[in-house]
Parts: sequence; structure tokens; C-alpha cells
Amino acid sequence: MIAAVIALPALSAAVLLSFGNRTNKFGPWLAIFASTGSFLIGLWHFLQMVARPAEERPALTTVYEWLSVPAAGFKINFALQLDQLSISFVLLITFVGTLIHIYSLGYMSHDENPRRFFAYLNLFVAAMLLLVLADNYLLLYVGWEGVGLASYLLIGFWQHKPTAAVAAKKAFVANRVGDFGLSLAIMTMFIVFGSVSFSDVNSGIVGAPAWVSLTLGLLLLLAACGKSAQFPLQSWLLDAMEGPTPVSALIHAATMVTAGVYLIVRSASIFNASEIAQTAVVITGAISLLMGAIIGAAKDDIKKSLAGSTMSQIGYMVLAAGLGPIGYVFAILHLITHGFFKAVMFLGAGSVMHATNDNVDMRRYGGLPKVMFFTTITFFIGYLAIIGVPPFAGFYSKDHIIEAALSHSWWAGAAVLFGAGLTAFYMTRMMMMTFVSKSRWHEDVHPHESPLSMILPMIVLSVGAATMGILLTRNHVFEHWLEPITGFVEPEPPLPIQTITTITLSVVAIGVLIGIWQNIKIAKVAPVKVSFVVKAARKDLYGDVLNETLLMRPGQGLTKSLNIFDNAVVDGSVNGLGLFVSGISARLRRSETGYVRSYAMSIVLGTALLVIALLMVRI
Amino acid sequence: MIQTVLNTIPTPSFEYALLSPILVMFLAACLGVLVEAFLPNEKRRFAHLIIVFTAILFAFFAVVLQSGPNGRALVANGTVALDGPGWILQGTILLVAALSALLFAESKIDPLGDAFAARASTLPGGEEEKIATKLGWAQTEIWPLFSFAISGMLLFVTANDLLVLFVALEVMSLPLYLLAGLARRRRLLSQEAALKYFILGALASAILLFGSALTYAYTGSLEFGQISNGISSANNSPGLLTAAIALVAVGMLFKVGAVPFHQWVPDVYTGSPTPVTSFMAGAVKVAAFGGLLRVFYVAFGALVWDWRPLIWVVAGLTMVVGSVIALAQSDFKRMLAYSSVSNGGFILVGFSATSRPAIAAVLIYLIAYAFATVGAFALLTLIREQAGESSTLIRWKGLGKKSPVVAGLMSLFMLSFAGIPLTSGFTAKFGVFTAAISGGATALVLVGVIASAIAAVFYIRVIILMFFSEPIPEGPFVVVPSIFTTIAITASAVVTIILGLFPQVVIDLISSASVFLR
Repeated sequence: MIAAVIALPALSAAVLLSFGNRTNKFGPWLAIFASTGSFLIGLWHFLQMVARPAEERPALTTVYEWLSVPAAGFKINFALQLDQLSISFVLLITFVGTLIHIYSLGYMSHDENPRRFFAYLNLFVAAMLLLVLADNYLLLYVGWEGVGLASYLLIGFWQHKPTAAVAAKKAFVANRVGDFGLSLAIMTMFIVFGSVSFSDVNSGIVGAPAWVSLTLGLLLLLAACGKSAQFPLQSWLLDAMEGPTPVSALIHAATMVTAGVYLIVRSASIFNASEIAQTAVVITGAISLLMGAIIGAAKDDIKKSLAGSTMSQIGYMVLAAGLGPIGYVFAILHLITHGFFKAVMFLGAGSVMHATNDNVDMRRYGGLPKVMFFTTITFFIGYLAIIGVPPFAGFYSKDHIIEAALSHSWWAGAAVLFGAGLTAFYMTRMMMMTFVSKSRWHEDVHPHESPLSMILPMIVLSVGAATMGILLTRNHVFEHWLEPITGFVEPEPPLPIQTITTITLSVVAIGVLIGIWQNIKIAKVAPVKVSFVVKAARKDLYGDVLNETLLMRPGQGLTKSLNIFDNAVVDGSVNGLGLFVSGISARLRRSETGYVRSYAMSIVLGTALLVIALLMVRI
Repeated sequence: MIQTVLNTIPTPSFEYALLSPILVMFLAACLGVLVEAFLPNEKRRFAHLIIVFTAILFAFFAVVLQSGPNGRALVANGTVALDGPGWILQGTILLVAALSALLFAESKIDPLGDAFAARASTLPGGEEEKIATKLGWAQTEIWPLFSFAISGMLLFVTANDLLVLFVALEVMSLPLYLLAGLARRRRLLSQEAALKYFILGALASAILLFGSALTYAYTGSLEFGQISNGISSANNSPGLLTAAIALVAVGMLFKVGAVPFHQWVPDVYTGSPTPVTSFMAGAVKVAAFGGLLRVFYVAFGALVWDWRPLIWVVAGLTMVVGSVIALAQSDFKRMLAYSSVSNGGFILVGFSATSRPAIAAVLIYLIAYAFATVGAFALLTLIREQAGESSTLIRWKGLGKKSPVVAGLMSLFMLSFAGIPLTSGFTAKFGVFTAAISGGATALVLVGVIASAIAAVFYIRVIILMFFSEPIPEGPFVVVPSIFTTIAITASAVVTIILGLFPQVVIDLISSASVFLR
């Protein structure tokens, strides 16, 4: 039954893609129907699961056995694992996914081919659901590649723009680096444990030597970095904003980019077994959350600024996931609240762009509240949630991560605290530039509120962004919910919780104040004389340079030297071999004379040889 | 005197129900002959179509309904063995034959009519030929010939007696020799192919018959079970038996097109009308391997240690030679002919393992290969030029732009031939290789993997030509076929995909039935 959750959007995507233009009329509606159906089925499963006692909640469904060789102990199942962790994702993906489908109805209405867009969206939803429902790493990998493909197709959706095409390619290549890690991890698992299912790996890791958990941990971290745009593989995310804005909201904010966090939490047993791998995760998260925030603070492009913010927020989640059992639950909690508030902000940005002829430069916004009431309100709620103002969602999830980080080490705590301040600063800056300040519109721009199909999802999401925190943390309901799967240990910070909350809120307040103070007057053109930090941040903190030096140049060097080796040795032998084979081929071809007499001769000779050989074998 | 002799011959028992698939096809063939004799020209085609498709349908249901555990028996005095593999082979042959029949029946593709000569007796290129074509005559004798061939195949794969096997071989081969020579286009090539096929086939049949005689001389029996008993109990000179096995092997290996008995394959496949080629590469291949399996597993099973090394060598040669020569081919039909040879080698790899999984693996390979090859040939009939089918590969450049559906489906079959996962070809190759490894033939599997790497080159080359090259001016065009060919192609594609996506269902079904009766 749970397979239907995946099957619905997958089928819809298949129909829309294979029947092409014939489905143009009802295509978007079919896609919305599929996504909604998926959500309802997920909800039904969730309600059933809630009704069961905690230990009976996880359920395994083997859809079919793909291939099994009993003699070799080799078996691959198409099996889905539905437990507290995966159902949380299913609900997030299908709920936010459905809302964004609806939003796209308005947003893509002027596009010449919305049907293709909706097909890709469905494809994405199906692949993402497969990713979170798989019961083994191999099937997860299928979903992992599936979302990568959907992301590639959607970033490059406007492929006539060279920038979009290049960005799509960049995202794909950067993801490849991470995928490489995942595939190596899967192969290692298969060699060491003889299986790739979660349960076998979890039980096998207990007695395994230390190098196994360390290797697996680092490889999985590499995979997570690729998919979740963490340092050092982050640079693709900023370029990915070339895609249509609903895509940025769904894939590059709420769901796909969080797959890395899911991977780490799902592999908790591996990370629990290796302290070095955990520390690597925490460091990666800390670097990413600061880098993302700094980049977000310097960008004038609203979507890129939000992308930096996404990277930063995922940094929080990754950091929390690296803390071990004190952090897993909060990583997922933040992931869910982030899914809501970041989606609403992206949709808000999309609404603003929609109103200003697709302008993304915040320096040409301003003065929007009077023309775009709902967009402003919902965006503002998202803003309050992300900077962590109580009682909005972000406050609860982020506060918990700060507590957990402080009980881990002082430097992790310092990083998340400083990050909270930076978040408050750049978000206030965005708020000021986009909405609060005076209008600096281009001449021919006449902003207007977006249609209902766009407003409605934003309102629903903003309600979530406002309330999700309280709902999920009251009576520790989310901790108890996930504890059977991820394990949970109460963090023990060195300071009383009230003190930590006070410090956090003060840091946030300082960030907000600086943000307001710096952005009272906004130039229409970005100032040139700026500090080196801003200069660096405008260039994505040299993420591309880093990639180029770390991956591209050595890669090119390797390619060059391999090329020489290839030309001389490999090609030499392959060409030699090729020449040899085709030489033989040509010669053997000549044996094909066309004369029936020579064929008959060959049969008779062959028979004689066969008889003689058989006699020899007998003797 | 005569009476005493007659008394020693037992009255044959004849299980009509169990033998009904064979009988029905035979009856259909005889009916077809009557149609030729008594119906007027213009009504024959329709009557034949009705008779043949009804017969195939009936035979197939007879197979499905009777193939359960209760339907497994030695019948007709032990000369026919209806066991798990026998039923599966019969079912497969009927399905594949049905697809070929659809291609036989197609008459919308070529503006001149179906794929067969208007009058086989007219001089190629002569005035009479033009008149016959203009009058729209058709050589409807193909239909009874076709039915005879199928009934021969159905008997061939269940024959449990060397003499019955021989008769079945002739019943299935003689119509094929004729069918091969009936092409509408390039008739000289077609007639040459028919003659070659006939001469070499006759030679191979003679060798098989000689081997059967020697077997009888050694064991005193022609029935497989008794041959097996005779081998274990006899203490004559083994030289006789060795020669017997070798000669029977040659007779059968000729039919499957194994190296060095393969040279007829490219000439005959290229020359024959494409529907007939699809029939030969699909159904005949299944039948030939079915017969080979039974003879060597049941009759000569006791001597497996003697003949297995030989099969290893033949399998290795067949895979390598088939794949290597295919590389140099510029004609698609010829390339597929060599591909058929090399696929025969892969099947022999599984065959050499002589275990229960090996039987299942061979059967699955046969199913996967037969459907993919029928699909590929069916697609070929759609790619045309003024003079007929366009089988020169280089002219297919950019076909993917002209007709993405045809090129896409062709790519599917090519990928399946190359053994890419999620297609039936992967399931098939995986099966035979695992069977061979557990049978101890690791070195042979290594050769097989290398051969399939070589083979992948020419399969993938087709895809590259179609999708990644600029179309040539005045290249071939793609014809929209009637419902017949459409069904054949769709069915082949569906089987190819299903066997790739859900192989376990089929594997379980076939594994549970892969035991020979003896």
C-alpha cells in the first residue's frame, strides 16, 4: 500500500512525459492530483502508525524481489521501510510538494510548457519518496540519483538560457562527486557485511573493526556534502537558483538538499561507532553554516541570498546530526521547520519576482507592503521563524541545536551562536531591502499581488512556519516520536537553559539591530568600495575557486597525465587490441566465402575434429 | 509369420489430449494445404490467417492448461516426453511463432504487398515477375509451410527418441528451406540462401542420422532413457559411442549455429525474407536448443565428463568468433546474424553446466533472446528505402531524429542484447554465467564476459549511429505498419522490459519446472 505513495507521482510523471503534448491541457491538474493523493495516503499511514504502540510502528513492505541468487547469498529486494523517521519525511515532501505544485499553477501560467515542468516535479516527488522509504542503501541510491536527475532537469528547465544550462550541468557534476562517495560506501558495505540493507548494516557495524565505521562515515559525509551543498561541495547551490522559483523552494530549500541530513541520521549506527567521523560532520556543518550566512549577507540577488541561507541552515542540521544521539532528533526537527519557513520565503521571493518582471536584484525592490499585502505578511512570518523569534518555529528547533552544540564543545556552541547572529543580520537586511525601504523599482515595473493559487500555498506554509515549533516540541512529542529510531539522549549544556535562551535572543537582537542600522539607506547600485569580506562573499567565498583548485585543476591534471598514459599505454594497447580484433574480424570475415562447398568442408572438418577431440578426452 | 512379428510390436498408446498442441498445428498445416487446393485465390489469405492464428491460440492454451504437475508424462510409447522444460519450450515456441506469424501477415509496409514473392517460380527481374506482382498474386503456400514448421518444432523439443527427433527435425527444416527462398525483394540472394541452407542442412541431418545409428549400434536402443541405461551397463568398445555422441552433437550444433558449423547463418539470415529470419532466429533457435538440452542431458547425461570439455571449447569459440566477426559487419541483418551466433555461444555456456539451475538459465536466455530478436527484426522491416528494407547500418545515421519511437525501441533491444541491467538480456546473461560458475567453468565465463564486452561495441554503435549522428540526405524513411507488426513489436518490448524489471517471477516459475523426465 505504501508503494502507492511513490507509484502515484511516478505514474503521473510517466504519463505526462510519454504522452507529451497530448496531455498539455490536464497535465498540471494530473500532477497536482498525484501529489495530493500521495499526501493523503501518507497521512493515512501516519494516522495508523500513531495509533500503534511505539515498538510496533516501523513496518517493512517487500514490494518485490528484484533478483536473488541463493547460492551466492546475493539478494536485492525492492523493499520499503516505513517508520517514524521516513513517515516524517513523507509528510513533509508530499505536503510541501503539493502546495508548491499548486503555487506553480500560477507561477508557470505564462510559461509555454508547464506540462513538462509538472512532469519533472512529479518525477522529483516520486524519487525523493523512494529515497526516504528505501529499506536498503542500494534502493536509496536509486532515489538519490533520481532526485539528482530531477534537480538537473529542473535547474535547466529554461534551457534556452545558457546560464541555466551551465548551472544544471554544474549541479550535476558537483553532485557526482558526492554520489561517488555514496557508491563507494555501498560497495564497502557489500564487501564487509555482504548486504546493503539498513538492518544488516546496523547489526553488522557493532562488531566491525574501527576502520569500517570511519571509512563508511567519511564516505557518507562526502555524499551528504554533495547533495546538501555543504563545504566543500556547496558552490552548485547558488547557481541552481537559475531554475524556476518553485523548484528552488521545493528542491533546493525544503526537501532534496536535506537528503544529506537524512542520510546521516539514517546511518546513525555508523556515525555512533566512529567519533572521528562524527567530529568531521560537526566541523563540516560549522564551516558551512558560517560560510552560508556570510554569503547570504553579501548577495544582492534575493534568491542567491536565500540560497546562502539554505546552505547555512543545512549546516545547522548537519552539525546537529554530527553531535550523535543528543542531536539527531533536533537535526530532523530543524529540517522540518526549515522546510516550512524556507519554502514560504522562497515562494515569497517568487511572488515578488512575479510582480516585478522577474527582477531578482534586491536593490531595485522596496516599498512592496502596500501593493503586496499577503506576500509581505507571509514573508515576514518566515523571517521571524528563521531568525528564531519565539514563538515561531525556528526558535524552538534552533534553540535546541544551540543547547546540544554547547553540551558537545565550546567551539561548536560558539559557531552556532555566531551563526544565529549572522542569520538575524542578513535576514533583516533582506527584509529591509525588499519590503521596508522606499521603492526603487525599474521604470516599467508595476508590482501587483500574485494570484490566489500562489497566495494560498504561502499562507498555509506561513501558518506552519509560525506554529510547527510549538506543535512539535510541546511535551517533547517529537523527541519521543523519533527516539525509537534515532535514539535520544538529553543534552546537558554547561549553562542553564534559560541563560542560553537569553544569550541567543540577545545575539539575535544585535544582529537585527545591525541589519536595520546598515540598511536604512540603500543604493540602487551595489557599492564598489567594500571590505574584503564582502568582496569574498560576493564571490561565494571563492567556492568556485576552491572547487577549481581542489577538484577541477587536479582533475584536469590527472586527466592530462592520464591522457598521456592513455594515449601511450592504454590506447596503444587498446588500439593495438582493437586493430588486432578488427584484423581478426576482417580475416575471419574472409572465411565467409559464400561458397557452399567451403562451408560444407568446414562442417566436415569440424566434425572430424570433434570426434578426434572426444576420443582424446576419453583416453 | 507376419502375424507373429506383428504380435511382438506393442499397440501404440497415444495420448491425444497431451499431444494436442503438436496435433493441432499439424492439422492446421493439412487444412492449409486443402485451402490451397480448393479455395479461390482471393479468399486464401483470409482463410489461412484464421486457421493459423486459431491453431496457435488453441495449441498455446492446450500447453498452458496441461502443463501442470499432472500433465508431465512420457507419451506415445515413451517416444515423446512432456515434462516441465518440454512444456515451457512448446509455450515459448508458440508465442514467438505467433509474433512471427504477425510479421508474415503484414502487408501494409511494402507498397507491393507482403514480404514474399508474388510467384516463386517466376524469373527474378523478369517480365513474368512484374506481371505477377502487378496482378497482386501472393504465394499463400507460406502458411501451411509455416504450420508444418511449427508442428515440427513442437515435436522436436519433446522428442524422447532419436528417430522421432530426426523426423521432427526434417518436418521443421524442410518448410524453412522453402520459406527462405521466397523473398519479394533481392530474390537472387534469397534463392541462393535457400539452396545453401538446404544443402548444408541435409549434410547436417545426415551426420545426425549417422550418429543416431551408431548410438543404436552401441546401446541397442533409440529411446533416450534406454540409451542412458545402455551407456551405464554396456562394456563394449567406447570408441563407437564417442563417435556417436560427436556426430549427434554436430547435427544439433549445426542447427543452433555454433562455431565451426555456423557459416550458413549469416548468408541464410540475410537472404531470407525478414519475417522468416525473425522466425528462424527466434523460434528455431529455441527449438534447436530445446532438442540439444534433452538429448545431452537425458540420453548422454551419464557421459557429461566426456562431452563437457568439448562444449566448453565450442561455446568459447562461438562467443568469440560470433562477436568478433559481428564487429566488421556493415549490414544490420548480417550483424544480427552474427549476434545470433554469439548468443548461441552464451547459451552453450549455461548448457555446459548440466545442473537444474542451468536448465532454467538456458530456458530464460532462450525466452529473452527470442523475443528481443523478433522485436529487432520486426523494427528492421519498418526502416525502408525505395528498393526495400534499409539494412546498411551507415545509412541509419540520425534515425533517432526522424523516428524517435522506432529508434528508441531498437535501442531497447540493442541494450538487451548487450546485457545491460533492467533489460531481459542482463537477466539472461546473469543466469547462464552464474550457472556456469557454480558448474566450475570460471575460465569460460571470463571468456564470455570479454566476448560480451566486444559484442557491446557493435550493439551500442547502432544506438550511437541513430541518436548521435547527423541524418544523411535521402536516408531511409520509417513506415507506419498495420496492427500486426505493431502488436509484434509491442509484445517483444514488453517481454524485454518485464524480464528485466521483474525477473524473479519468471525465474521462480521456470526453476520449479526445470526437471527432465526420463
